[in-house]
Amino acid sequence: MNVEETPFRPYASGTQPDNDTAAYRSTILRHPAKRLLKIPQTITELSGPRFSEQKFPPTDNIAVNHGKEALGERIIVAGHVRDEDGRPVPHTMVEIWQANAAGRYNHDRDQHDAPLDPDFKGIGRVFTDDEGAYRFISIKPGSYPWGNHENAWRPNHIHFSLFGPGHATRLITQMYFPGDPLLTLDPIFLATADAEARNRLVSRFDLSITQPNWALGYRFDIVLRGRQATPMEDGHAHHH
Amino acid sequence: MRTTTSQTIGPYWHLLEDKSWADLTRFGAAGEVITLEGHVYDGEGAPMTDACVEIWQASPAADENFTGFGRAATDSSGRFEFKTLKPGPLPGPGNALQAPHIAVTVLARGLLIHVNTRCYFEGAAENENDPILNLVAPERRGTLLAREVSAGVWRLDIRMQGEGETVFFEI
Repeated sequence: MNVEETPFRPYASGTQPDNDTAAYRSTILRHPAKRLLKIPQTITELSGPRFSEQKFPPTDNIAVNHGKEALGERIIVAGHVRDEDGRPVPHTMVEIWQANAAGRYNHDRDQHDAPLDPDFKGIGRVFTDDEGAYRFISIKPGSYPWGNHENAWRPNHIHFSLFGPGHATRLITQMYFPGDPLLTLDPIFLATADAEARNRLVSRFDLSITQPNWALGYRFDIVLRGRQATPMEDGHAHHH
Repeated sequence: MRTTTSQTIGPYWHLLEDKSWADLTRFGAAGEVITLEGHVYDGEGAPMTDACVEIWQASPAADENFTGFGRAATDSSGRFEFKTLKPGPLPGPGNALQAPHIAVTVLARGLLIHVNTRCYFEGAAENENDPILNLVAPERRGTLLAREVSAGVWRLDIRMQGEGETVFFEI
């Protein structure tokens, strides 16, 4: 059996949030009410898009815009993208977006009363290398209020979008910062019941990534679904 | 190691948006060009105006000219639109043949983890024996069938919740 035909494992129990999480109010009318229908992974789920650096050029320093430095605390974010077996996921695209240092997105619909920074767009794209490592430079995003409940504030976070080897490995997540007091109040962060799983969304300050006299470093490692060790034996196995 | 936890794409994901990504033929792909359009509605039938809709198709096979992947934002009426190539049948589990289909993913504020569905094409002869469609209760299969509303324009509306709720998959 070709590895490309080996299904991805189901998500480990508790690692993913439930879309039916009323504490995050936007879920109420948007989560599917019926149970998801489990389907076998076919070529559609096992394969996925490929993005080349030639067609989708990386932008690994989003703290600078047309040569002008964004305001805020400069940071370096680095880590590895691996599968559940610890194997690197090489040459995969990582998209990032975030608020500026004042906690405002460069987005028409963000009306938070905080200043925009003309030198910060808050959007970037990098690729993992042969070892699955990625790195980008940004500024630390600010926290901001949102309308979910009285006096609700999002913890500082950077949005991540990854594809991995197949359609079934798609991941959208948010990276948080250590020691943020808003984490224990945030219904989005808390929506994942498993504390170990959600705490892995919190990056670690890393002196080895920190560049002296220049920028603080944070490590954020990402794990995508791995492949089944053996072909599935539930009747959906591939017979070639 | 366990998989990283998903978090919502949120209301400001448009910072990622490149409108050209809604055209999967933009690098010069040749074939039967179609438009795939639809609306995304919430549990009260209100349009979802801040959703991200992504499509992936394994047919025709991706190459330099055809990415197989598209991303579109829903507009103020909840509408999305892609330009792509019509897929052909694909191998399925065992010796089964899959009917032409496109994987559709909805990501949005209020979805902590994205949801997966498929777009099939109403009237395709292969639909009857499609191994995935046949897992779906007959009365719900229609939620996965795009209709050809004019020549080459296929429409598939997505209902997140409630009456006519789209069939979403665990993949």
